[in-house]
Amino acid sequence: MSKIVLRGRKVVGGSAEGEALVTRDQISGWGGIDPRTGTIIETRHELRGQSFSGKVLVFPGAKGSSGWSSQFHVARLAGAAPLAMLFNEMTTKIALGAVVTHAPAMTEFDQDPLAVIATGDWVKVDADRGIVEVTKKD
Amino acid sequence: MRLADDERAMLDGKQGAARQKAMDLLVRYGEALGAERLVDTNNVCATVSATTPFVRDYAEQRGGGMDAVFSEFSLDSAEVVEIPRVKAYTCHVQQGIDPEHAAEQGIAPQIVRLYREGEAYMGRIGVQLLNTCTPYQVGNVPVKGEHCAWMESSAVIYCNGVLGARTNAEGKESAGAAMLTGKIPYWGYHLDANRLGTHLIQVEVEVTSTADWGLLGYWIGEAVQERVPVLEGIRQVPNLARLKHFGAAAASSGGVEMFHIAGVTPEARSLEEAFGGRKPLATLKYGAAERRQAYERVNSTARERQVDFVMLGCPHYSLEQIWEACQLLEGQRLHANTSLWIFTPSAIKQIADRNGYTRIIHDAGGVLMTDNCSAFGRVMPKGTKVVALDSAKQAHYLPAIMGVQAWFGTTAECIEAALTGRWSGGLR
Repeated sequence: MSKIVLRGRKVVGGSAEGEALVTRDQISGWGGIDPRTGTIIETRHELRGQSFSGKVLVFPGAKGSSGWSSQFHVARLAGAAPLAMLFNEMTTKIALGAVVTHAPAMTEFDQDPLAVIATGDWVKVDADRGIVEVTKKD
Repeated sequence: MRLADDERAMLDGKQGAARQKAMDLLVRYGEALGAERLVDTNNVCATVSATTPFVRDYAEQRGGGMDAVFSEFSLDSAEVVEIPRVKAYTCHVQQGIDPEHAAEQGIAPQIVRLYREGEAYMGRIGVQLLNTCTPYQVGNVPVKGEHCAWMESSAVIYCNGVLGARTNAEGKESAGAAMLTGKIPYWGYHLDANRLGTHLIQVEVEVTSTADWGLLGYWIGEAVQERVPVLEGIRQVPNLARLKHFGAAAASSGGVEMFHIAGVTPEARSLEEAFGGRKPLATLKYGAAERRQAYERVNSTARERQVDFVMLGCPHYSLEQIWEACQLLEGQRLHANTSLWIFTPSAIKQIADRNGYTRIIHDAGGVLMTDNCSAFGRVMPKGTKVVALDSAKQAHYLPAIMGVQAWFGTTAECIEAALTGRWSGGLR
């Protein structure tokens, strides 16, 4: 099993490890997820019907309603939040959303996480040290 | 992040526990963004209410205490702090229910009581109850250059693009912190350089109706995501309603928070000014094929032509749009199996009442509602399976949230569907 290490910037501190859920589609918060289960509900989203609950969510960034943060806030209170969030495009929606989700979050990587990480890979996130360790599934 | 003396004092708790929590959240948020400092704001648009289903349940579990709701949902503080009067001028955006039409919307009386308690609470702490996604339609019209902290993506893009005021898309927690402190991170669209255009959009078809503008916005949002589009080739100056529908759509299919129309919007007297002398990252064409693509995408959930429900007023209708609907409805009756709800800010409804518009809609069998919308409040007539909408934004969200099919078309096509019970619209 090959290991890959990415370096990036801490958005929210902490560490976590788990299975990756990767999408190349941006994620909509309000009207894009069901926060009670962490399921993507956006009509034409490639992850429609899948839940990020308990996963390391790897995605380009946030789009849509300014209710983004409050939906992830509710997901945390409902126990359906992702374990960690890794993303490329910084916006106020994703920054605030990550802060209120209280899960480790990182951005500004030395390699594109969307290219390096695949769904099902095992990912260790140490946001305080700015390190992500990826163990490929195959 | 660098803090000024007054900000440091708030963070140290010298202005009470609530402002300490608010400043702590702003610091965590600012550092997540990579912001260097905060900026003063005296114009906040936010949601504080406890009327969306999850927050309603949370409030009920906590005995309906609004301080507990505000602490958790508006300040990200599990510790309940007493909320003082706000520092910044603050307006409430849309709510979860219309208290005057609770029965039609299927809202239980105890929820209306909770709503009324929440309203009284917000009034006491100084939140102005505009209760609309379109604060700029009812008196909150920031001036060019004014630093704001607004929620509601369709209002944010209007504030930046049309008015030339400055805001990022804030969330419930950052807007909650901003109203108590009068501060927001100085980042993103507060800075000149980030307001310049990135993508040139060459519009090669006529864009006239609000539906046309919605389609254009829907296509652009998907094409540029969260970048800054600059429109060239707009021959007819659009009015408030058209720019409102355009922005709402672009902020739904993508994350657009700022745009320019050369020769129309305040920071784009010319293409050169819009791009600040830089070259566009990409040039995209919007012609007949792109228009059709947007139309097919926004109508992707529609299959059955029998329409149960027509919803207008996303974003909340202007008085002019209500008048347009009234002229199409006057003297007619809705189809027996079709409902019509039109949403507007309560301040505009008051004038619609005086003008006799509310009566015209009522006599036709429709209802003029305020404060919420179908998607935000999850409210529709019982048994609705197929809806007709003149808003690309609502057509984007309602099928995802409520599992319905949605037809998108012009206002006239929607009214026709309400009168005949069938969708006969199409791209023309």
